[in-house]
Amino acid sequence: MADPAIVTRPGGGLRPRRAAAGRRTLTAYLFLAPFLVIFAVFVVFPAVYGLWISLHVWNPLLDDHPFVGLQNFFDLFTPGSLTFEDFWESMGATGIFVVASVPFLLAIPLGIAVLLNRKIKGGSVFRGIFFAPYVLGVAVVSVLWRYLLDPQLGVVNAVLGLLGLPSDIPWTVDVPWAWISLVGITVWWTLGLNTVILLAGLKGINPDLYEAASLDGAGAWRKFTSVTLPGLRPVMTFVVTVTLLASANMFGQSFLITQGGPGTATRTAIMYIANQGLVQNQMGAATAMSYLLFAFLAVVSVLNFRLQRDNTK
Amino acid sequence: MSTVTTPTVTAPAPATAATAPAAPARTRKRRRRAPNLLTYAVLFLISFIIVVPLLWMLLTSFKTDFDAISSPASPWPNPFTTEAYGTLATGNLPILRWFANSVIAATAQTAIILVTASAAAYALARLEFRGKKIVFGAIVATLLVPGVVFLIPNYLIVDSFGWLDSLWAIIVPGSAGAFGVFFLRQFFISLPNEIEEAARVDGAGDFRIFWQIILPLSRPALATLAVLSFLTNWNDFIWPIYVLLSPENLTLQPGLSVLQGTYSTHFGIVMAGAVIASVPVLILFTLAQKQIVESVASSGVKG
Repeated sequence: MADPAIVTRPGGGLRPRRAAAGRRTLTAYLFLAPFLVIFAVFVVFPAVYGLWISLHVWNPLLDDHPFVGLQNFFDLFTPGSLTFEDFWESMGATGIFVVASVPFLLAIPLGIAVLLNRKIKGGSVFRGIFFAPYVLGVAVVSVLWRYLLDPQLGVVNAVLGLLGLPSDIPWTVDVPWAWISLVGITVWWTLGLNTVILLAGLKGINPDLYEAASLDGAGAWRKFTSVTLPGLRPVMTFVVTVTLLASANMFGQSFLITQGGPGTATRTAIMYIANQGLVQNQMGAATAMSYLLFAFLAVVSVLNFRLQRDNTK
Repeated sequence: MSTVTTPTVTAPAPATAATAPAAPARTRKRRRRAPNLLTYAVLFLISFIIVVPLLWMLLTSFKTDFDAISSPASPWPNPFTTEAYGTLATGNLPILRWFANSVIAATAQTAIILVTASAAAYALARLEFRGKKIVFGAIVATLLVPGVVFLIPNYLIVDSFGWLDSLWAIIVPGSAGAFGVFFLRQFFISLPNEIEEAARVDGAGDFRIFWQIILPLSRPALATLAVLSFLTNWNDFIWPIYVLLSPENLTLQPGLSVLQGTYSTHFGIVMAGAVIASVPVLILFTLAQKQIVESVASSGVKG
C-alpha cells in the first residue's frame, strides 16, 4: 500500500500530490511489468490452474475433461481406489528418505562447520572442495554413482573385495541398501551447502560467550551445547526447513540410480506424481496429489518453526 | 594421501604431542596441538571422499569399455584413450547439440532473469507505490511452494504456446522464479541513499538512477545472481526430461539420462558424457567460488 498520509496531509495541495503518487505508482509498475508478466503466466496462473485441473478427470489426449469435484482428493483417502495404495507407498518412500537423510544432512555439515571454524590453514580451500559437488547437476552425480555402486561391475564393491569385506552388496537393487546408497549419495552431493550456511552462522556467534564459558570452567562439549547450539538456532531453523523440503522433493537420484526399485520401493512421491500426470496422463489425480503433498510440507514446515520457537523460550 | 605431511607444517612437533601423555609439562602443548592434527585429518579424509569419485569419473572417461569394468579396478587408464569422447562426438546421440542447447538455454534464461529481476527489485527496494506490500508478499510466498505444484499446469501452458520439445520451454518458465527478485531487492536496499538523492536534485529520473547508479553499484550482486541462475538452469532435470521429447532437442542433463539408458554398461562413454556436463559448471565455480559460497552462506543468516 502507498502511504495514504502523504496524499491527504492537510495544507498540501491535494491534487498535485495525488497525481504525483499516481505517476510514481505507474513508474514502479513499469519497472515491475516484465517480471510480473512472466510471474503471472508461469507462477500465479498455474498455481490456480492446477487446482482447477485437480477437480477434473483430465487426460490431455482427450478433448473432454469431466468435472468430478473433489473426487480426486477423496480417492487419495479411499483404500482400494486406483491411486490410494501407490500414492501412499510413494509418500512412505519420501518419508523414509526424509527421516533417513535429514539427520545426516544436518549432523555431518555441522561437524564439518565446527572444524572449519577453528583456526586452521586452508579453510577456504576445504570449503571450496566440500561445496564443489553441489554445483554439479543431479544427473551427473547420479550417473557417476550408478557406475561406482554397480553391484557387479562397480568400483565400490571391488574395493570392498580387496579389503576382504563382502564384495557383493546390492547397492542399487535391493533394500535397505538402495536407501543407504540414495542417502549417502545425497549427503556426498549436498553436504557443502549446509556446511557453508552453518559456518556463516558459527562465525556470527559472539566469541565473548566462549570466553565466558571457559572462565566458568566449561569443557568443549559443554561449550558446544550451551553456546554453539543456542547461538546457531535461527540459522538452524532455516537449514532444517530447507533440508526437509529438499529431501521431501527428492526425484532425480531415485529416477536415475534405482529407477524407483526394487519394484517400487524407492519410488518417491514426486516421481509417482510426475509419472501419473505426464506419462500416464492422469493429470487431475496427479495435481490433486501435488497439492496434498504441498499441504503436507506446509504443515511440517509450520510445526518445525513452532518447535524451534518454543525451544528458544 | 597427505594427511600426515600438511599438518606438520603448522604443528612442528606432532611426534612429541602424540607420545607425551605422561609428561605433565607437555600436556598443555598436547591439548593445543592434538585437536588441530585431528581436525586436519578429518578435513583431509572428507576432501578425499569428495574428490576421489570426481577424479574417478574423469579417469574412467579415458578408459576403454573393458578397462572401465576390469577387476581389480585401477584408477589409471590402461591404455589411455579418448575413444569414449570420439564415440560421443560421432555416435547417434547428438551430444554436441545437447551441449549447445544447454549453453543457449542457460545463457538466455540468465539474461532474462538479470533484466526482469533487477528492474522489479529496483521498484520494490527503491520506489514507493500503491500495492507494494501485496506484490512483494505474493512474490515471497511463492518461494515456499514446492516446484511439483507447477509441473503439470506449466506443462499444459507450455504446450498451449507450442513450446513443448523446444528450448523456449527451458528458457522462459524458469525465469519467473522469485529468488532473483528477492536476492537483488535485499542488495538494493542496502545501497546508500546519498548518491541517489544527489542525482535526483540534478534532475535524474527513475530510469537514469536505475541504469546509471543502482546497476553499476550492484555489479557484484548481479554477477552472483548470473552465476547462480546459470547453474540452476544448467542442472535442472525434472522439467527438461518431461518437456523435451526428441533426441536432438535435449539439453545435457536429460541427455545424460538417455546416455545411461543407451550405453548402460559402457561406463567410459557415460562418464565422458558426465565430464562434458560437469566441466563448464566446475570452471564457473572455480572462477566465482567466493561469490557463490558467500551468497549461499548469507542466505541462512539473513533468512
